Amino acid sequence: MTAERRLLLMTGLAALALAAWLGLTAALVMLTLEPADRSLVQQLLAPRWALALMSWVFAVMVVAGLIRRHLMPAMATPARIADQARALVSTEGAPPVAASGPKAIRDLAQAINELAGQRDELRRNMAERVQEASRSIQQERNRLAALMSELTQSVVVCNLDGRIVLYNNRARLQFRALSQSPTLADGAELIGIGRSIYGVFDRQLVAHALESIHLRMARGAGNPSAQFVTTTRSGQLLRAQMAPVRASDAAAGEPALSGFVLMLDNVTRSFQEEHQRDQLMHGLTERSRSSLASMQTAVDMLALPDLEPDMRERFLGIVGDEVSAMSRRIADLAHTTTQGLKTRWPLEEMLGSDLLLAAQRRIEAVTGRSAPTAEVDASVWLHVDSYSLIQALTYLSARLVEEIEVRFLRLRLQSVEGRARLDLVWEGHAMSTETVMSWETDPMRFGSESTPLSVRDVVDRHGGEMWFERERLRHEAFFRFLLPLANASEQLEAAQIMGNESRPEYYDFDLFQGAETDSDLDDRPLSLLSFTVFDTETTGLNPSQGDEIIQIGAIRVVNGRLLRQEAFEQLVDPGRDIPAESIPIHGITPDMVQGKPPIGEVLPAFHAFAQDTVLVAHNAAFDMKFLQLKEASTGLSFHQPVLDTLLLSAVAHPNQESHRLEAIAGRFNITVLGRHTALGDAIVTAEVLLRLIPLLQEKGIHTLREAREAAQKTYYARLKY
Amino acid sequence: MTRKLLIADDEPNILISLEYLLKREGYQVTVARDGQEALDAVGRECPDLLLLDVMMPRKNGFEVCQALRADERFAALKILMLTAKGRDTDVAKGQALGADAYMTKPFATRELVQKIADMLEGNA
Repeated sequence: MTAERRLLLMTGLAALALAAWLGLTAALVMLTLEPADRSLVQQLLAPRWALALMSWVFAVMVVAGLIRRHLMPAMATPARIADQARALVSTEGAPPVAASGPKAIRDLAQAINELAGQRDELRRNMAERVQEASRSIQQERNRLAALMSELTQSVVVCNLDGRIVLYNNRARLQFRALSQSPTLADGAELIGIGRSIYGVFDRQLVAHALESIHLRMARGAGNPSAQFVTTTRSGQLLRAQMAPVRASDAAAGEPALSGFVLMLDNVTRSFQEEHQRDQLMHGLTERSRSSLASMQTAVDMLALPDLEPDMRERFLGIVGDEVSAMSRRIADLAHTTTQGLKTRWPLEEMLGSDLLLAAQRRIEAVTGRSAPTAEVDASVWLHVDSYSLIQALTYLSARLVEEIEVRFLRLRLQSVEGRARLDLVWEGHAMSTETVMSWETDPMRFGSESTPLSVRDVVDRHGGEMWFERERLRHEAFFRFLLPLANASEQLEAAQIMGNESRPEYYDFDLFQGAETDSDLDDRPLSLLSFTVFDTETTGLNPSQGDEIIQIGAIRVVNGRLLRQEAFEQLVDPGRDIPAESIPIHGITPDMVQGKPPIGEVLPAFHAFAQDTVLVAHNAAFDMKFLQLKEASTGLSFHQPVLDTLLLSAVAHPNQESHRLEAIAGRFNITVLGRHTALGDAIVTAEVLLRLIPLLQEKGIHTLREAREAAQKTYYARLKY
Repeated sequence: MTRKLLIADDEPNILISLEYLLKREGYQVTVARDGQEALDAVGRECPDLLLLDVMMPRKNGFEVCQALRADERFAALKILMLTAKGRDTDVAKGQALGADAYMTKPFATRELVQKIADMLEGNA
């Protein structure tokens, strides 16, 4: 009801009341009069009725004025205050209640404002606390992840569903070795946040290990852990040690798990070495016993006095035969052991130039002479115990400086015939072989500090050799160390670990809570899904008329986070020409795809990469069409649900004209890098997806099903591509 | 009566010597070069004693021993296992599977001859 109408109504009521009161007064007065007086009064009043009416009207006006002036505001103020107070309740930061009117009302308004202020303060405090707590949790997590990424042991942490919550760089490298298409998917199809560990390990095997941990925990064992060795699909032998992640909120006395940690070792090589060693042992024992038995028997026969000459020849033949067989076996054994079976000391892989630099610093610190490195093969990776080796080099240098006053030292490193040659070179005097012998076998001493090790021990530890050599022409001499090289795969792994400067985020601890995997994918909230956001570059727009994919790029989004480390990017040989007019769009020239794998090889890797996730693309219908046309030839179909950011954008912003990727990215203020490479576009699409999810939530779209249904209803969905 | 011996070993060099040695001792000797041949020869020749090497192609000594012990016809057959495997677990296995005696290679021929004589004696 408007104020005007309320005023009219109240004035009307007041007028009626006044009229009634006047009438009643008149009627009372009349009732008390005698009939004669009554008619006299009537006679007196009748001509003056207008005056009474005027007085009534005046009174009504006065009342109306009073209502308007005093009553109306007095009634409106509480209503206004109530409205403002309600606004304060529902929205934070609403303007305070305006205080006006009578004092009591003003006090009321102020009290409300104080309450609101107190509430805001509390909320702020709470938010700060929460933020602080989550900051420190984040810090702890970062610290843990940083720690993990430095480990040379590979670590994978899983929740109880076997979903990977954390993994480190080493694990990533190890899984690359397990991948069936290491160059294409890079192992990222096996290891990734939210991926299932059962892609690599047999579910039963893991369940069995978990069960034995459970049993041990129930028994109260301090460090319940389990071990298993398994062969992977690619034929590698992995040893896994499993330790429990205990649930932090478990009731006291009841062992509960929230996940498990796997520490993995690829034991394929050491197992092979072990096997080889066993075979050598077998050769040494059993076969030698047989040979000895043959010889022994033959010799016993030869000792018989009455042996016929031809039998004598035969037995002599047997002895000769067995002796040469044994010699052969021993020669073989010696050969294999020098090929690396001899060293049992734990050696590490190290870049040769790094070792030399460290040795140089140490020698210079101890001797005070400069010992520059020269002629260093930078590609040499050593398999060494760097500490003892540097000690040996330093010890020899110190003796050179002290005993024969060498002034110029030099370090040299080359790789020759499968071994590394590390030379400690000096100019000037040479020394006698006896001296060298004693330097080699004396326990090493540094000032007053002595070690039980000699240079010879250090060399033996490496299964290597060392000697002293002279170069008369250059007036130089050197100690030469022969050292083992790291084998190729170790070099690769070590190089990748060294080369990885950044500490990528390889974890998502929120997955520990994510036990909802049982519920239907369609009913799960968008924010808790795993997405593979992808884009393709193609030779043209008509897959049914022979256009082909030339690049696929994809990135993963898990639990509302973009996982930049888990990307897929691959150029594809389309098996046809790339139209010149399309090159400016995607920037891929024919020579770039030359020698790249065909789609028949790339698609299986991409299929594995995208397994168990929701596919997302911008204008997905286009990309899906290309994938579907390959179903027949590759036998791979992409069954998973598909979301289209173009359609979702149309749902979130129905009034926007353009839903091109650039336009949406512009609206969301997303920096676009590398647009129009498949991976670049996939990343932008993923960023768009992440910003669309909260907007969709505001519109009541929470689950995958709701998102798909809403997308189907948009105008764009009805356009046939 | 001449005792019949069967020697089963895949090493020709020891086979020659053992055959010569045991013939000199007055036994009638047959040889077999693998496990299957040994089984066939036992069925054919019905020897009194079998000198059985463990490591043989086709059927190893343990298998041969087990197969013979499962057959009533050869209950009287003495089995002496010869092996280059020196582990005591192998000795235990050989005896569990029915071997009467066990000798580890290399061995002195005199001991072998004595052992064979003792085993056949016990039978007589």
